[in-house]
Amino acid sequence: MLDFRLMAEAFPAILGGVGNTLALVSGSLAIGIFLAVPTALASLSAYRPLRGAASLYVTCFRGTPLLVQIFLIYYGLGQFAAVRESILWPVLREPWWCALLALSLNTGAYTGEIVRGGLLSVPAGQIEAARAAGMSGLLLYRRIVGPVALRQALPAYSNEVVSMIKATALASTVTIMEVTGIARRFISETFKPVEIFLVAGAVYLALTFLAARGLRILEWRLSPHLRHAPAPIPAAK
Amino acid sequence: MVRGALVTLAVAAAAFACALVFGTLSAAAKLSGVRPARWAAEGYTIFVRGIPDLLVIYLFFFGGSMAVTWVAKMFGHQGFVELPAFAIGTFAVGLVSGAYAGEVIRGAFEAVPKGQIEAARACGMSGLLLFRRIRAPLALRYALPGLGNVWQVTLKETALISVIGLVELMRQATIASGSTQQPFTFYLVAFTLYLALTLLSNKGFAAAEARAMRGVRRA
Repeated sequence: MLDFRLMAEAFPAILGGVGNTLALVSGSLAIGIFLAVPTALASLSAYRPLRGAASLYVTCFRGTPLLVQIFLIYYGLGQFAAVRESILWPVLREPWWCALLALSLNTGAYTGEIVRGGLLSVPAGQIEAARAAGMSGLLLYRRIVGPVALRQALPAYSNEVVSMIKATALASTVTIMEVTGIARRFISETFKPVEIFLVAGAVYLALTFLAARGLRILEWRLSPHLRHAPAPIPAAK
Repeated sequence: MVRGALVTLAVAAAAFACALVFGTLSAAAKLSGVRPARWAAEGYTIFVRGIPDLLVIYLFFFGGSMAVTWVAKMFGHQGFVELPAFAIGTFAVGLVSGAYAGEVIRGAFEAVPKGQIEAARACGMSGLLLFRRIRAPLALRYALPGLGNVWQVTLKETALISVIGLVELMRQATIASGSTQQPFTFYLVAFTLYLALTLLSNKGFAAAEARAMRGVRRA
């Protein structure tokens, strides 16, 4: 039968890994957006080399497993003496920064495509109308294109957030003690995989559920124009 | 390394077949009128989509081995029995991808126009014949792009099976970089081979889609 005492014991320990998991998720998502916006703009630009560079980045990071990317950065970069002697080495030596870097580059590629889709979904008529009203350049982006694209990209982005929460589990393969890392340690110490799996799985389910729900609420807030009008107040007799 | 890539391809194909079975079952359960079956399928989708795949692989690897060891002990066998990583990996990745495939297949069956089914009924088809001649071929056409995505995800997921010791492309790269002290070189080779596999299968699915769509009028 299930060992409930072990589950009660493992729960706070595994919960202790949530901080690391969330730090990796929020860090990589933040850096990912910084990579994604230029990538999307480059892939939509009229300038061919820029389009080519964006497409190369997206293809490479979407076409290979995240695990290979993490290992390539963490184990691979140390092969070069130039990297080991550079000022970046104290950063690239640490598994935490390497995992963060790999996760960021990975989500940057996926988010770049999402942002591109969002930008493409802005109706041409709206842009023409803004131009006709005298807006151009940054003002046009800030007032019209940005907000509309953001709203359109949000559902796809919320999928990306959920998949990033799950993707941080791979950081445990380079010794980082986040939720999966701690769960793995418990499994190999206690040989009770089912109990530990249930606890860790519940933690992940809670995280993904909360993230998806939060983004749903944001989506609802940002689309008042798509909601039904409230029922009219009956006129007084 | 190329042999590793072949193992990766084999395990991905096996896992994809597994995913199609789980996906079909889950889609059938969701489209059926039977409430408990629908709930079970919903639960399966929610759980698998909310939990990291690595955790699922650990569960089946350690859990499966524990269960078999326990059974073996009852028959007087001593010591820990380790299950073959290929079978466990295939099953675990198949189970995860099956949840995604299930959604694709369900959507495809729902996309079959009602008029087609009514027309077939009017011609006197029913039950299996209707399914075989009308619903399944049409659904397959709608499902193809989604299944292509599931295949790509499955292919990349197989890299995770390396953590339980199956010598596929990823594991092969780790072994090679351990013995030569050139990790970057070997992980880069693995990176390139994965990229080649995904790009090639992309081409393959595009061709299959073009073939499936050959009777469709385009605006």
